[in-house]
Amino acid sequence: MSKDTLFDKVWDLHKVSSLPGGSDQIFIGLHLIHEVTSPQAFGALKDKSLKVKFPCRTVATVDHIVPTDNQSRPFKDNLAEQMIETLEKNCIEHKIRFFNIGSGNQGIVHVVAPELGLTQPGMTIACGDSHTSTHGAFGSIAFGIGTSQVRDVLATQTIAMNKLKVRQIWCENKLSNGVYAKDLVLHIINKLGVKAGVGFAYEFAGPAIDSLSMEERMTICNMSIEGGARCGYINPDEKTFSYIKNKLCAPKHENWDEALLWWKSLKSDANSIYDAVTKIDASKVEPTVTWGITPGQSVGINQKIPLLKELSPDDQFVAEEAFEYMGFKPGQSIKDTPIDVCFIGSCTNGRISDLRVAARVIKDKKVSQNIKAFVVPGSEKVAKEAKIEGLDKIFLDAGFQWREPGCSMCLAMNSDKLIGNQVSASSSNRNFKGRQGSPTGRTLLMSPAMVAAAAISGKVTDIRDFM
Amino acid sequence: MKMIKKFQAPVGPISKIVGKSIVLIGDDIDTDRIIPARFLKCVNFDNLGQSVFEDDRKNLKGKHPFDLASNKGSSILIVNSNFGCGSSREHAPQALLRWGIRAIIGESFAEIFYCNCIAIGIPCFTLPKTLVKNIQENKNINNSLCEIDINKSTLKSTFFNFDLEIKISSKNMFLSGEWDATSTLLANKKLIEKKINDLPYTKFNQSNELFETI
Repeated sequence: MSKDTLFDKVWDLHKVSSLPGGSDQIFIGLHLIHEVTSPQAFGALKDKSLKVKFPCRTVATVDHIVPTDNQSRPFKDNLAEQMIETLEKNCIEHKIRFFNIGSGNQGIVHVVAPELGLTQPGMTIACGDSHTSTHGAFGSIAFGIGTSQVRDVLATQTIAMNKLKVRQIWCENKLSNGVYAKDLVLHIINKLGVKAGVGFAYEFAGPAIDSLSMEERMTICNMSIEGGARCGYINPDEKTFSYIKNKLCAPKHENWDEALLWWKSLKSDANSIYDAVTKIDASKVEPTVTWGITPGQSVGINQKIPLLKELSPDDQFVAEEAFEYMGFKPGQSIKDTPIDVCFIGSCTNGRISDLRVAARVIKDKKVSQNIKAFVVPGSEKVAKEAKIEGLDKIFLDAGFQWREPGCSMCLAMNSDKLIGNQVSASSSNRNFKGRQGSPTGRTLLMSPAMVAAAAISGKVTDIRDFM
Repeated sequence: MKMIKKFQAPVGPISKIVGKSIVLIGDDIDTDRIIPARFLKCVNFDNLGQSVFEDDRKNLKGKHPFDLASNKGSSILIVNSNFGCGSSREHAPQALLRWGIRAIIGESFAEIFYCNCIAIGIPCFTLPKTLVKNIQENKNINNSLCEIDINKSTLKSTFFNFDLEIKISSKNMFLSGEWDATSTLLANKKLIEKKINDLPYTKFNQSNELFETI
């Protein structure tokens, strides 16, 4: 059993009681909601004649269903309009702060909360979205919940949960040039598998993690869930504190000093005990691309897609399914795979640093013929900053479409979808069957820089050839 | 006229589940496959049952387990490993529940999916890989009712008997009826109010307008 890790400390601090069944009642410091997983929770409150216990501890935005081409109201899609209206109504009725379209702070919930300074070290954070693990980049303990648990947080600010085990993933050395946080996390998931994290929180640590920016750390923690870990975190350091400082909701004046003092005390002890430890050599990671239907099915750009016999017996069944669905052959190269659609965005890689990296790749170049390429900034703030820096112009000049903020084609709940069996190069997080809106659509996950390179060359390309 | 059986959600203590088994083969079956994202455009869960596994079913043109006549009315789903991975959408277990599933037995479950199942009254049990296979390959599976006893954690039928595994906390919650956790959590109202005042960050975020009631 783990001891004295950041996870243990934050868990113990937020424990309200041991429940009769044997699980713990955990207080949730920050609750984030959006339009897709909250309406049924508010409905359940109504059915039970309950109120929101601490409305000021819940913050709302709208992201999953928003159109990214024309955001004028009412939305063209009646169901999407109904969902945003329901959220608006619920927030007014229950006095919950809502960052709506046009507020300047709307965007993907996991982009918005950190940029507002809502996400802070030592907090527990829950949201009805599996990528809530993103917030662990700040040393908070953050995890996705279902709608019934959203109801519980609204009604009680607590949930019933079994304590997770802790696996430390120690990343040695540094990423080489042209290799990004996305490549590292895809590599980790490939090494550990998509179910190794079930029942665990992942602590990402080591020199390679220390050297990452806060936005890169968010990319790492974001994808913990793709390795099965509901929660992923990184011990906070000076980078964490300076990222939060002066953000809209950051503690101010003497409160800042008090916060800093506490945050600095928050990390896994040098002699803390983990349930498991995995070591990764970050210097060996190549630009990484998925070839299959789970985020664990990936290879380095210069590697061949594995032969069945090279995989563990447990992985062969899904691999066969992946070969059939994706149309790849075992032993084939992933490099030079033709691409139809390029998508840069999502809670994994839709932040300003992601856009900067991609813009650098495409500057003064043109998107390859017959490729549909589009950029969806993670939030209104990201979009605004990008425009100030002229990134939107660089994308538009290259032939990318520049869109409004939202989740977009990561899960295709709006009109941004693959058609037929199109192949997308995507900076998002899931390559599941049908994930990007077409039941036969195919997704190759990669870093934003690799998506940009694919857009220019029309096929999967080693970004390092562009540098 | 087609008779539609009215949906009844589980309620109160659950100690026994009796029904036919339905076998679904595949590892890492994610919640996008259980219920594709386009069906999440709804403000209640009422109509999800008919859309469960929509894309997989269309693809198999009537041969998907959820379309086979022999599986009609089944309520115990037998799956492989990491079932329900991916998105946290409770719409996935809600769709299964509304199709008629009342318990799931598998090699392993994704974390959030498992919690969602517990929270809506679907017990999930684990069995070693070989035993799951054993059930999945049993030719008589459609000819016999199965009975799950939650307290004893057993699965019984004319053709097989197995000891099942379930987390002790989940088992206790089903037997007591506390799987619907809200009232249990609310009972600790005083402790919750004490906790919010004790947390270090409540104090230094006090002057923060976002943490004030609007």
